[in-house]
Amino acid sequence: MSQDSLTTILGLTAVGAPAALLAVVGLTALLGRPLGERLTARLTQVAVSIGLAASIGILSVMLLTGSRNIVIDLGNWVALDQQHFHLHVKFIFDRLSVPFAILSFVLIGTIGAFAKHYLHREAGFQRFFLLYAVFLFGMIVASVAGTIETLFFGWELVGLSSALLVAYFHQRTGPVVNGQRVWSIYRIADAAFLIAAVTLHHNTGEGDFGVLMGSGAWPEGLAALSSDQALIVGLLLLAAAAGKSGLIPFSGWLPRAMEGPTPSSAVFYGALSVHLGAFLLLRVSPILDLSIILSGCVVALGLATAVFAVIAARVKSDVKSSLAFASLTQVGIITAEIGLGFRYLALVHIIGHACLRTLQLVRSPTLLQDYRALENAIGGHLSLEADPLLRGLPDVWRERLYRFGLERGYFDALINGGIVAPFVGFFRWCNRQELRWAEILSGLPPDAAAPSATGATEQERERELVAESHR
Amino acid sequence: MIEFAFPWLSLAVVAPLVAAVLLLRRPLPERVRQISLVASGVSFLAASAAWIEMLAQGANSAADRWDLGSLAGSAPLLSIDALSAPLLPLVALLFVLTVLATLRRKLQTFASVGLLLSEGILLATFACRQPWLIIVLLALGTIPPWIELKLNQKPLRIFTLHMSVFVALLVAGQTLLGFNSHSVLAVGLLMAAVLVRSGIAPVHAWLPDLFHNASFGTALLFVTPMVGAYATMRLVLPIAPEWVLRGITLLSVLTAVYAAGMALVQIKARRMFSYLFLSHSSLVFVGLETATTIGLTGALCAWVAIALSMTGFGITLRSIEARMGRIRLDAFLGLYEHIPRLAVLFLITGLAAIGFPGTAGFVGGELLVEGAVQIYPLMGVAVVVVAALNGIAVLRAYFRIFTGAHRPITVDLRLRPPERVAVLALIFLMIGGGLYPQPAVMQLYNAASNLVNQRAAYFGVPVPAPALDPHHHGMITPSVPCPPFSQEASPPAPGQQALVRS
Repeated sequence: MSQDSLTTILGLTAVGAPAALLAVVGLTALLGRPLGERLTARLTQVAVSIGLAASIGILSVMLLTGSRNIVIDLGNWVALDQQHFHLHVKFIFDRLSVPFAILSFVLIGTIGAFAKHYLHREAGFQRFFLLYAVFLFGMIVASVAGTIETLFFGWELVGLSSALLVAYFHQRTGPVVNGQRVWSIYRIADAAFLIAAVTLHHNTGEGDFGVLMGSGAWPEGLAALSSDQALIVGLLLLAAAAGKSGLIPFSGWLPRAMEGPTPSSAVFYGALSVHLGAFLLLRVSPILDLSIILSGCVVALGLATAVFAVIAARVKSDVKSSLAFASLTQVGIITAEIGLGFRYLALVHIIGHACLRTLQLVRSPTLLQDYRALENAIGGHLSLEADPLLRGLPDVWRERLYRFGLERGYFDALINGGIVAPFVGFFRWCNRQELRWAEILSGLPPDAAAPSATGATEQERERELVAESHR
Repeated sequence: MIEFAFPWLSLAVVAPLVAAVLLLRRPLPERVRQISLVASGVSFLAASAAWIEMLAQGANSAADRWDLGSLAGSAPLLSIDALSAPLLPLVALLFVLTVLATLRRKLQTFASVGLLLSEGILLATFACRQPWLIIVLLALGTIPPWIELKLNQKPLRIFTLHMSVFVALLVAGQTLLGFNSHSVLAVGLLMAAVLVRSGIAPVHAWLPDLFHNASFGTALLFVTPMVGAYATMRLVLPIAPEWVLRGITLLSVLTAVYAAGMALVQIKARRMFSYLFLSHSSLVFVGLETATTIGLTGALCAWVAIALSMTGFGITLRSIEARMGRIRLDAFLGLYEHIPRLAVLFLITGLAAIGFPGTAGFVGGELLVEGAVQIYPLMGVAVVVVAALNGIAVLRAYFRIFTGAHRPITVDLRLRPPERVAVLALIFLMIGGGLYPQPAVMQLYNAASNLVNQRAAYFGVPVPAPALDPHHHGMITPSVPCPPFSQEASPPAPGQQALVRS
């Protein structure tokens, strides 16, 4: 068997195993024949193991042969040859995608084994593992994507499964509102991503990463863009990454995402999903070299996020929110590292941080027990003294920082007041005008005045909804 | 043009009409559903057979052998070409699945008669290429919903007003065109007519009004086949000057953004659905009016995908209504635990409607953005923003209807097998079309090419060549903008000539 055939088989297996898992779990659920708990868990285990083995196999081939960039081109998914329009399906296995895919398999597999027991006999067991399969497939496709369309495919699957997992405990309003919030931020990030893709296509006529990465293997490629083009496309991709990774001003979704079950919080928002934005920046990192302004923006955004998250993490009173902001601190630093050009450092940082944070989040339900064990070990109480960083600050500043952290940097308030409220207000006004217009045309009394089932009029309900959106 | 060995087209059109006549004899309620299903099924099979036979013979167009028009020595009354061949079974499928998903107790005799009449008229419209006949059929198509509103004593004025304007504009435009085949005023009137029928802002008031007052099935089937888009392609696009199309593109994209915003703030599910549909259908118009081959292909792909997905989305919404009454989105209903499969189907059809990757709408969206960017780069951005907003609206509706509360209900709300079959069929089509889109895209590409050729012939300009950049992938734009039908259009490239002739 030639090396090309071997790598193609291994690459397709790495992507195919999660796809098969999703197909089986999804189809059985869709047809009303959900699998039992044990079979679901076993299938998950098998799919993750096969995918992981294939990924390690590719890594071995790369190490043994010195190959740094293995491309598996599946050809055109859609082709209009006369129009020179092609949607390509291509996977790239290089020094960035292979470690990220292996990391995904390891962490998701670990969490699958953990969740099998953690969610045993939960009503939503099947739903969790279905969304788990969607997430796994999305992460692997996004990791090894060789074209923007393929990356977007994985990116969207990750976004959808993340939002639905946040709303996992969906009989309560809180998780659902938070899930909606996460989805809304993700859609904004998706829009920025797609607009970047449109801009890239418009400027270059290319859709795969060849333009962004140049001819060389990652991370040494030289992007075939001008400085101005790189700045525009890069800023849009930075916005997309900020939405996905919870960088400011979109950081509000990360603590909200902790409403989901602990296994999903651990692997999705603490470890993998939150790093997807950083992964995107790493994937397109050659364009950062083309614009010093763009690199500066990446560094500034990363550092600002890190500083904000350090402050916010210190005022949170629950362990998962504290860990969420602690994650964000590291993601901010990783982003700054990418902007400064330390690509390998950023990749190693992602891998180390994701593993550590998964462990911490999985242990979080037993925090008190851990503290007790620690205190027994040291034979005394843990220190409750003020943070040494803040000890020298005047009280007024400490109070301001406390409020700043408690209010999550006022970023949620900024988005609610500056974007959501005017947007919703404008369209509610339009809606009222339309109802009036319909009233004039039909000559009937306005439907808007009719009370709802709860006895409230439309206007009253609107006021409630505005208040809710502010929450 | 080939002739079918069997009169497929006539059968497709006549079957529902005959069934409607049978239903006027007031059969037993159980028979109403059976007759409706059989007639819609026969119609669907006949339409599919026509398409398959045309493809098998490699023809560009086809008609029945014993067509009345042909027998009279003129053009056939019913015929199909690359555009209408796939649309005919699509429309028939929407009807058959909607009937299938209708609960027996909900299928009243008069509603069934109206539905079957609508199907017959609509199929005849889609199988018709003669302008005046299309106009007559378009006018007739507005009558069944009107009768239903009248019989149910619902407010009529908004629907009547808009549809009267629509028909009047059509007649005036086509009459003027008879006097002067290059009359801009005539084109403008025809364009205005299809804009009214398609609900493009600011003449969209009838759309939420219809969904509010008519039965959901009637409203759904009146809008989802997008007969306005078909009228545009047959009556307007071949003869409309470029500047008219550019203006309409702008209006359509504004409508898409506006309707997406409106869908987000609605507190009644039906109104939300109507705006969501309007937003999507406006995107189809954006693609149509680019009048480039790629934009048209994108519009046609989006048309098929939106018709399937929005019908599926509508059917699931209607299934919920059949159990819970009219749905409001101002409170969390928490229905997931009672109808989990319906929740999943609702979510999948909703996501397919927004062109989620892996569904049929995704490719259409990509091609649409591609076509839109060729005209105005900002247009592509607007299309992306619309998709983002609609995505938020779909998930908001999902969360409001299925989650957020614990709702103790003692009765069985689960889906009945026919409902399940109907929605599952649509889902498999949407996902199948998303995973293997090439054959459908090529078929619609041929239809788009024919239309571009028609325009080129009418304006006496060469067919524009696509940009000859060998590295184009995905959402691309030619590096040198190529206005498709202006006098500056570049001559066709050597390789393009074959395409023109084909």
